[in-house]
Amino acid sequence: MARIVAGIASSHVPAIGVAIDRGTTDTPYWQPLFKGYGPAREWLAKLAPDVAIVVYNDHANAFSLEIIPTFLLGVADKFEIADEGFGRRPVPAVIGHPGLAWHLAESLILDEFDMTIANEMTVDHGLTVPLSVTCGRPDAWPFAVIPLCVNVVQYPPPTGVRCYKLGQAIRRAVDNFDQDLKVVIYGTGGMSHQLQGERAGLINRQFDTAFLDGLTKDPVALSRISHTEYMREAGSEGVEMVMWHVMRGALDDNAVEVYRHYHVPASNTAAGLMILENRSPA
Amino acid sequence: MTLPHDYESIPGTYVYDAERGRIGYALNMFCMSLNKAENRKRFKDDEAAYLDGFALTAEQRRTVLERDWLGMLRVGGNIYYTIKIAFCDGLTFQDVAGMMSGVPKETYAQMMLAGGRSAEGNRYKDDDGSDHG
Repeated sequence: MARIVAGIASSHVPAIGVAIDRGTTDTPYWQPLFKGYGPAREWLAKLAPDVAIVVYNDHANAFSLEIIPTFLLGVADKFEIADEGFGRRPVPAVIGHPGLAWHLAESLILDEFDMTIANEMTVDHGLTVPLSVTCGRPDAWPFAVIPLCVNVVQYPPPTGVRCYKLGQAIRRAVDNFDQDLKVVIYGTGGMSHQLQGERAGLINRQFDTAFLDGLTKDPVALSRISHTEYMREAGSEGVEMVMWHVMRGALDDNAVEVYRHYHVPASNTAAGLMILENRSPA
Repeated sequence: MTLPHDYESIPGTYVYDAERGRIGYALNMFCMSLNKAENRKRFKDDEAAYLDGFALTAEQRRTVLERDWLGMLRVGGNIYYTIKIAFCDGLTFQDVAGMMSGVPKETYAQMMLAGGRSAEGNRYKDDDGSDHG
């Protein structure tokens, strides 16, 4: 049986990827952020999952305004790296897991989550930066990846409550997959940041800290935060945090926090990282 | 008509909603074309001629040619799209964020290093620093 053993929440700031790709992670600007990523990398290498479901958003790369899927699953064997307007990141292509991905598509749709299915798509920094953050610079990613892409660019994104329920449905689907796989789920994006307008640069450490605490204290209440509250309190792009609720919904109610790291700034953003583990025996 | 939106009270923020999605489509799809290296070259070689290939309004065209980053947002630009013009210019997200907030690059960078722009006094358009929430 496949089982979800842990969840990883991580910001996906493009500048973090640039720092990794250029080897500038030891500079005084970046060192405090990257120092905090070390324990997460060690934890993940030790866990050695077979598959990661990565919940992320595309940023006008694989998808444009032409068609805007609210929830999309990538079912391909392989996902190439997108050119986001300044060339491709020098990271390995992402290897998919079509068996589990198609099972998820079928199970989720029959469970009343109307997923879009993508046989061909590239992946951008939203997916690759959290992989780099937690895996460093390998020649090949150490596990298969199923991209689960969420629209957070065109208002309105799906609600936090809907995202949480999608996570619960993912859990049901994985639990019913007849293959012995160790699965982790990433929720990416956030934390507080605003990239646009006169209010660009907004950061709210208090909000972010309460959000991180809420992931274990009362995740259901946390999922009820409205889009306007995210935008007002955590910046217009802080609404990306709805994607963390998908990850949280896929874990046990009593999942435990095993690691946390928070740093300001990563370019315009408050970077957060949290690892949650299920208590159920592996 | 779309629903009334309580986020309209947030200052200095251009939510990319249905209204902006309607008026900004051509502008943003022009930006999307810059994901291709050959298009970036064509745009940089002759910006005006390249823009002729897209159905922009005169004001949208002006904001692009003048790199009026805030202006682009007002005529339906979405930051994840308009930033691709900045990438063509060799600018970063932080460079553009500084320009949109109207302060020198160094001032903006210092603000971020000091913990970013506070939410205090920046939650509501009529915010006087008191906490309405």
